[in-house]
Amino acid sequence: MASITLRQLAHSYDGETFALQHLDHVWQQGGAYALLGPSGCGKSTLLNIISGLVMPSEGEVLFDDIRVNELSPQQRNIAQVFQFPVVYDAMTVRQNLAFPLKNMKLEKAPINAKVDEIAELLGLSEKLAKKAKGLSADDKQKVSMGRGLVRDDVSAILFDEPLTVIDPHLKWKLRRKLKEIHEKLNITMVYVTHDQLEAATFADEIAVMYEGKIVQFGTPQSLFERPNHTFVGYFIGSPGMNFIDVQVGENGLSSQGTTFHLEQALVDSLNGLISQNMKLGIRPEHIQIVSSATETSYSADVEFIEHLGDHQIVTVQFLQQRWHIRVAESYRCNDACVHFELPKMNLKIFVDEYLFELESLPLINKGSASSELTPLHKNTAEVRGAHD
Amino acid sequence: MTKLRNNKAWWLVLPMFVLVAFSAIIPLMTVVNYSVQDIFDQNTAYFVGVEWYQEVLRDTRLHDSLIRQFIFSFSVLVIEIPLGILIALLMPKTPNWKTSLVLILLALPLLIPWNVVGTIWQVFARGDIGLFGWAVNALGIDYNYTSNSLDAWLTVLLMDVWHWTPLVALLCYSGLRAIPNAYYQAAQIDRASRWAVFRYIQLPRLKSVLVIAVLLRFMDSFMIYTEPFVLTGGGPGNATTFLSQSLTQMAVGQFDLGPAAAFSLIYFLIVLLVSWLFFTTLTYEREDTAQYKAVQHNEGGS
Repeated sequence: MASITLRQLAHSYDGETFALQHLDHVWQQGGAYALLGPSGCGKSTLLNIISGLVMPSEGEVLFDDIRVNELSPQQRNIAQVFQFPVVYDAMTVRQNLAFPLKNMKLEKAPINAKVDEIAELLGLSEKLAKKAKGLSADDKQKVSMGRGLVRDDVSAILFDEPLTVIDPHLKWKLRRKLKEIHEKLNITMVYVTHDQLEAATFADEIAVMYEGKIVQFGTPQSLFERPNHTFVGYFIGSPGMNFIDVQVGENGLSSQGTTFHLEQALVDSLNGLISQNMKLGIRPEHIQIVSSATETSYSADVEFIEHLGDHQIVTVQFLQQRWHIRVAESYRCNDACVHFELPKMNLKIFVDEYLFELESLPLINKGSASSELTPLHKNTAEVRGAHD
Repeated sequence: MTKLRNNKAWWLVLPMFVLVAFSAIIPLMTVVNYSVQDIFDQNTAYFVGVEWYQEVLRDTRLHDSLIRQFIFSFSVLVIEIPLGILIALLMPKTPNWKTSLVLILLALPLLIPWNVVGTIWQVFARGDIGLFGWAVNALGIDYNYTSNSLDAWLTVLLMDVWHWTPLVALLCYSGLRAIPNAYYQAAQIDRASRWAVFRYIQLPRLKSVLVIAVLLRFMDSFMIYTEPFVLTGGGPGNATTFLSQSLTQMAVGQFDLGPAAAFSLIYFLIVLLVSWLFFTTLTYEREDTAQYKAVQHNEGGS
């Protein structure tokens, strides 16, 4: 059992493009973490580097402050479950589950006890005597997972999209099982997935990865409420955040002649920035449809409406952008055009794709208004440095 | 109507039937025919029943050659299969130019005509001008494959190992290449030792190619003729006279067609039987035993 620290970790497969771009991160001992990101963002590479299957090009991996870069997976004593089931098909299920323990030269009795326990947990007890070769895909993956779970002395257990091949119903059950196991064993677990729901149900904290970087690390709630990067906004939530390119104007931000009103302090601090890449974002849930046009409302053309049972998604064309609005199922849209308001507190500003905030904003809740900037990220801090 | 159509279908099978008949059935039946008759000339032949079979089975010269043959084939398998696996294991998992070079070098012996292989070794193993024979003698070992039966024996075996181990190695290499990398990764994660990786991952996955390798090497070595014939001519004495050479001597040298035919049928049956034994043992699934053991274990354990 160990905490895992990544220091300036970078990796390139071909020596030119970097799959991982100098990331720093700490996974505390005993936490249940998810690593969330789209295909090809470097999640699996990161996992393989932690487990020792891949040697990083630059940077360090530390287990409890001890550098493990040069250690093999065997020496790191880490468990990893892969996306596609790997079973030793010449062996029975029991032998498969016992394999990691046998390799550690344990006595027969404790091995059997442990194997029985894990088999019970995964619902494999009936199949212990069967050859692993003839199992269904579900069961094979359970066996793969079981091999990771039988060892309770491991530094950490890494899961690389382990439930991809599992049937949806069973998926939910297994995720619960993993959570239970985590609570019982208190082992650091890192769970890689591209499914936000899966990440949120398994993990206490989620690291969102995008283009080889961890762009945000936090609770599911904070990812939703304060996305640190446009990608997090877009990726978390269903549908993701709506964005629009904006410029700083006299009394707010504007796009194509439409002005968005914001706190004056925020507009002032934005005024000094040199960056040309500014985006305004709002979650589909936060847009409030009004029955008729008001002074503060905006209007957009309705493209289509999707009924999703308990709510509906209205897709509109707003300033040549496709936006989504989430409304209650009771809402009836009769016109070709909708009017809506954008609550100030839910509008997020992104400078160079990173969230730009004042400390005084209600969500951070740090008391009195102040114009001091929160350097949420290095990039934002750099921007600040430039205009200071 | 239906009957007519069915009859037509026979015509479609006919070409294949004729082909098989001419290539296999008719020659085989000819041999069967010879084996039950005593033939003097074109017009004089007597039916003798199983007499030739009895005679052949009692022939001590053939007994010797059969034993020699089994020892030889067994040695070939015992040396070539592990050696081939070992060579394949030593090759890198990701191919590069070195792998290609090794593959070419390995394939070379397989491309040489068999009688040339015999000739190569005949010269190579000579004590006076052959590099191998000279080197062995220079080491202080008295070696002469033309006069010493053990030396002759070992030379024939060495020649076969040189000639055919590459085949086993190539088959195993292709088998190893077919193992997905994920298995090696999982094994590393499971802290498997090198031996455990071989025993539980590589060997089980090599099983199918090994079945082919064992069968091919058994059948080929059991019917070996050309190389020892060129190298030693079956000598010294009868030390390296294997079954097919005895058969040739009987059929062509002495023109004993009846006994030779009976003998070749027995020969054929032995190859078939042993191959079948190998095949069934190697492909036997131990599901039942595994289950039985697990049940026993559970009863004993709890």
